[in-house]
Amino acid sequence: MDKAAKQGRGRRAAVLLGAAGVLFVLFLVSLTLGRYSVPLTEVIRILFHKLCSIIGLDRIWPMRVTWTAFMENAVVNVRLPRIVMAVLVGCSLSAAGATFQGVFRNPMASPDILGASNGAAFGAALAILLGCSSRYITVFAFVGSIITVALVFLIAQRAPGLRVVNLILAGIMIGSLFSAGTSYLKLVADPSNQLPAITYWLMGSLSGVRHEHILPAAIPMALGLIPLLLLRWRLNLLSLGDSEARALGVNCDLLRAVLILCATLVTAASISVSGVIGWVGLVIPHLSRKLIGSDNRGLLPCSMLLGGAFLLLVDDVSRNLLQTEIPIGILTAVIGAPFFIYLLLRKEKTL
Amino acid sequence: MMLSVRDLTFAYKKTPVLSGVSFDAEPGELMAVLGPNGVGKTTLFRCILGEQKRYKGMIAIDGTDLRTLSTRETAHRVAYIPQTHAMTFRFSVRDVVLMGTSHTLSPLASPGREQERIAEEAMERLGIEGLSDRSFDTLSGGEQQLCYVARALSQQAKILLMDEPTSSLDYGNQLRVLNVVKDLAKDGYTVLLSTHNPQHALWYADRVLALHNGSVAALGPVKETLTPALFETLYGTRAELCETPGGSVILPVSNKPNGGEMK
Repeated sequence: MDKAAKQGRGRRAAVLLGAAGVLFVLFLVSLTLGRYSVPLTEVIRILFHKLCSIIGLDRIWPMRVTWTAFMENAVVNVRLPRIVMAVLVGCSLSAAGATFQGVFRNPMASPDILGASNGAAFGAALAILLGCSSRYITVFAFVGSIITVALVFLIAQRAPGLRVVNLILAGIMIGSLFSAGTSYLKLVADPSNQLPAITYWLMGSLSGVRHEHILPAAIPMALGLIPLLLLRWRLNLLSLGDSEARALGVNCDLLRAVLILCATLVTAASISVSGVIGWVGLVIPHLSRKLIGSDNRGLLPCSMLLGGAFLLLVDDVSRNLLQTEIPIGILTAVIGAPFFIYLLLRKEKTL
Repeated sequence: MMLSVRDLTFAYKKTPVLSGVSFDAEPGELMAVLGPNGVGKTTLFRCILGEQKRYKGMIAIDGTDLRTLSTRETAHRVAYIPQTHAMTFRFSVRDVVLMGTSHTLSPLASPGREQERIAEEAMERLGIEGLSDRSFDTLSGGEQQLCYVARALSQQAKILLMDEPTSSLDYGNQLRVLNVVKDLAKDGYTVLLSTHNPQHALWYADRVLALHNGSVAALGPVKETLTPALFETLYGTRAELCETPGGSVILPVSNKPNGGEMK
């Protein structure tokens, strides 16, 4: 391998390491933030103590408790699950966004291009209307999202003509069908309690996330993210278009189906716990592309790290800026749109 | 590798495109595919690339029926060099060339040192290693074309299909690319090159495959095959073959009354 190739790898590794560093620092700082502020040193001690007691090290090496039980509760039981979820959701939505952009050869594609969030919204609204508990709202949203994309995929499969165009068109159709359904559910919902709940869900929020919510969301996310990471080189090939990718030995239809399945799985798992959060899946892959280039070997992991960091930051603002929480979906748009305009206006730097 | 096409017939829906096309192409040979727009040159290539499977007749590579080969196995034998076109995403030249090695990898793998080495060799062979860190879309048309040729080399397939590779290049770059392709043919590659410029065929090709109305109008060594009569059959305009100190030149002659008075 020659020097230039090594340099390229070195630069990629440096950007990824930097992104991981940003995420890590933000993670620790986020734990200190809240109505009850906990010093960073205490946060680190609490986490360390918790980690030791999980792996059984505390018996050999007991730690002096310098913090109050109130601090520990705030950090470990209130903030930690929410922060972990913010990172997971941001990471998933960005990975899905980067994948869809490659699959559809379009930098404007986002995770809900195939109607995933319309379906999730309909499912959640239906569950709220039926008076289900929050756990079932999540399940309904997840199933709604998967069903929508499955429908889109089946329709596109049957239609003659270009597969990619069919998918996008079917996505728009089915998506608007489900959003009409959601509008109807809002119309018939009880305006005193159900309608605000639906509206609030649609704006996206991570409030109320507990430890027991993490694993059911993390499993489908991992099931989608791991294949996406493994297939990231193939994603490069698919973004050349079917004809060229095929000549290079790629089974385009199969690869596209697997990528869409995985990206949909992570999107559905994300929005079913967080509600509809836009912009992350569009803006973060763009930002990452500017930092690390279009090669998905670097782009996908970079998007995941920065997506996690970005949503964590937004969630910190959401829970700390005002006395009442600001829905996270509003904030991602308020922060995302100007940022996107900045990216557009910034002078292009060549790779 | 030996490419043989026997009685190839293809129709889109009910519109016949190719009928009864037969030819062989051998290693070390550059075959120019000529014919007017819409005659089926691209369709012929799509069939040989395994993209179109619903043809009648038989395409064989070294005696193996193309239909029995998987996409990956086909990529191992046949490489495609497209016209230059805009890419959606900005890949570096190195990445584009590296993509040629993909069929040697398992679907879940990314290229490693071995693939990097193959790509490096391909770029060095074409003298574009200096461009390797440039973004593909910042290259000139000629450089982009060479980059595609390098990708085909790193694919390590011995049959190269080029679909009007020079159509958007200036004169100097057209000849530069064609010289590279000619050298590859001499090194044992089997090259099929479709072109709208019969002059290129005259200068570079060993043999000519002329398609007209979906079937073979002429097939044979350039000198004997590419005549003013064939030119007129293919393009519906008269032509003249002139011998110059620099080689033969075939020129269209205007059908207008004052067309011949250019001396």
